[in-house]
Amino acid sequence: MAKTTDHLGRPLVAVTGIGVVTSLGVGKGDNWAALTSGKSGIHRITRFPVDHLNTQISGMVDFLPSSTKGASPLTFELAATAAEEAIGESGFSMEDFGGPLFLASPPVELDWRDRFDLYKAGKGETAAQRIAQAASELKTLDLFESAQFGSIADRLSEKFGTRGLPITLSTACASGATAIQLGVEAIRRGECDRALAIGADGSATAEALIRFSLLSALSTSNDTPEKASKPFSKDRDGFVLAEGSAALVLESLDSAIARGATIIGLMTGCGERADDFHRTRSKPDASPAIAAVRAALEDAGLDESGIAYVNAHGTSTPENDKMEHLSLSTVFGERIRNIPVSSNKSMIGHTLSAAGAIEAAFSLLTMRHGVIPPTINYDHPDPAIDLDVVPNVKREADVTTVISNSFGFGGQNTCLVMAREPA
Amino acid sequence: MSNRDVLITGIGLVSCLGEGPDAHWRALNDETAPPRIDSERFAPYTIHPLPEIDWNLQIPKRGDQRQMETWQRLGTYVAGLALDDAGIKNDEALCASMDMVVAAGGGERDEAVDASILEASANRNDREVLLNEKLSTDLRPTLFLAQLSNLLAGNISIVHKVTGSSRTFMGEEGAGIAAIETAAARIRSGQSNHILVGGAFQSEHSDMLLGYELGGFLHRGEWKPVWQRQGSAGGGLVSGSGGAFLVLESRAHAESRGRKAYARIDSVLSNRIRRRDGAFEAELEQMAENIHRPAGETLVISGASGAHSATGAELDLYERARALAPRAFSSRTGHLKEAQFPFAVALAALALHNGAPYPPFDPETERPVADAPESVLATTLGYHVFEGMALLGKA
Repeated sequence: MAKTTDHLGRPLVAVTGIGVVTSLGVGKGDNWAALTSGKSGIHRITRFPVDHLNTQISGMVDFLPSSTKGASPLTFELAATAAEEAIGESGFSMEDFGGPLFLASPPVELDWRDRFDLYKAGKGETAAQRIAQAASELKTLDLFESAQFGSIADRLSEKFGTRGLPITLSTACASGATAIQLGVEAIRRGECDRALAIGADGSATAEALIRFSLLSALSTSNDTPEKASKPFSKDRDGFVLAEGSAALVLESLDSAIARGATIIGLMTGCGERADDFHRTRSKPDASPAIAAVRAALEDAGLDESGIAYVNAHGTSTPENDKMEHLSLSTVFGERIRNIPVSSNKSMIGHTLSAAGAIEAAFSLLTMRHGVIPPTINYDHPDPAIDLDVVPNVKREADVTTVISNSFGFGGQNTCLVMAREPA
Repeated sequence: MSNRDVLITGIGLVSCLGEGPDAHWRALNDETAPPRIDSERFAPYTIHPLPEIDWNLQIPKRGDQRQMETWQRLGTYVAGLALDDAGIKNDEALCASMDMVVAAGGGERDEAVDASILEASANRNDREVLLNEKLSTDLRPTLFLAQLSNLLAGNISIVHKVTGSSRTFMGEEGAGIAAIETAAARIRSGQSNHILVGGAFQSEHSDMLLGYELGGFLHRGEWKPVWQRQGSAGGGLVSGSGGAFLVLESRAHAESRGRKAYARIDSVLSNRIRRRDGAFEAELEQMAENIHRPAGETLVISGASGAHSATGAELDLYERARALAPRAFSSRTGHLKEAQFPFAVALAALALHNGAPYPPFDPETERPVADAPESVLATTLGYHVFEGMALLGKA
């Protein structure tokens, strides 16, 4: 019988269902096919006018019914679509999932369209008074719910029958990984035998784009959108804002074996460390990222020799990729030259709150299919970043263990360790 | 008693009543004090404003203060109070290994920029282009960071050097409930030894009030205590500015550094009751039973918001479960949203620490309690969704 506890005697956590939506399409099948053929989902923005904008490209999800309805409805639909696929694959009930929900999603705000409408309808001296007056006359709770931080998780919980108070969380661009970590921890504590972890982000509004643009974080390669995201390249000039979602059904290995579920892979380690250096920049010595990776390896009971592939955060900003290289080369030493490191963001862009979950999903598929997705647009290697980035073309490889990095504004650093099968 | 007991070894509090546990204990024991409210600035809504705060005391660098708006400053300040109170502040090793769970909403938008866009929209039929034009030129780059939910935690890391881990939970009162519940569970299971947990809410911004008013939740007209707002104009909630952070520690960790605790968190229950199904009252009663409080009269630090439906259901619970003696602190502080449950837990800990119940905050509805409490229940029912309870005992 397989061992179902880890090196510390904790329950091992299996993944028994995965769902994914990105700009490349809906579902694992379409996404994996596109990802392994090096296809980019980055395209010119059509959802709103791009006049006055420095960045006019993104990896928005434009093909869902909610794609034009605002950040909250789209984030909900992205999350629900991924959850349906994941729960369906796991074989659990679609209406009565029976475990807790951990949702990584973007902070919500009242949509500008609604602000304009309320302003127009309201009475009062100041803009704020007009809006408040119109708000107090609303006859439904739709606008209210769109601006409540707990609403999306509440609706998902209702739809899928998850247990208890659903947790909505944000660790900025590490959120998706944190959602998984919370689920792993709950199973390890013995609070539940299954959990639903979702990362979803449909918040690529004009204002979001402008805010990141004002921080000089975005690529402005508007003429060739599919070439804009170029992690680890010398000419990388920022990340590409994107949308997407992934859902993972996490389950104790005991429970998965007992019900004969297909085990896609295992979540064997989680590590995190906060950075106290700066709100948007990493400590120059990369020590928090290094500590996060080391903590994850330790949690998984592995040393540096135990990792076969790195699913990089790889945002394509000058700073992140440099810092990530420094952290990986510090943790893995010379060995890093022989570990493939690729960035899914070269094809799907940076899906922000969803990124950690989407990239964990792709990491698991990498092991399962024995194929490493490439880092595309690697035409001008950065000589300062000496990594095997699996340039431009997928690679077949027998991958048994993966780490997936997620770093975010506010000093967030999270690393997940995944394995194909129990050690 | 166990090495993995969850102890509260540090409390940071700010509300209109002042700052720190002692100031709150004194103010809440002063039965004659009038409510500290402002009914003019955001009329027709009343709020409980922030007290005077010298930010320099907890955020010494002006550069750090400039990177934040009031919400993040407030949270960072209150977190500093809690670390100070626990004797952890400036202890590099303890801060570097400390975990953190922050319950957060969003920060303040730039009201002037928003107003100028809305005013200009009256003469334009290309709103989306207008938006691009104005936002690109008028938004301050740093303001985005002042709005990001996880940047309260980020600022706490920068200012106080808490870097073991950093997680931000969102979702109104439910965020605070889940933050305390998760933090306590991590300590009890050995996943963490010491955690900073809490939140802050800044009411004095039109968008923060709008968040409630989109659902018609704000009380209108003359101010009244929480329990007496049923049937009054508006939705019953009076908002306040403030925050609460706790330092939670395993007994073994607290003892190893010779710290006394305020109280012990025995259990935390969270829930997502399907209120519309008509099961609200029955499920609440079930929760109050499931938390296994000792027999006899129990002091309850209630986070009741005044919101008509939720507060009505809670009042109904106390009318049936007569052993429960509630104190709705929002009658004195206003409703603190994400910080509501951490605040309730902090006040419950203070009653145990001081060995005395609070006097009624609303003598018309709340009855006096004679005995020193042996255990105290803290509750928070979300004004719209999510419920939480914690049972605290003597440390």
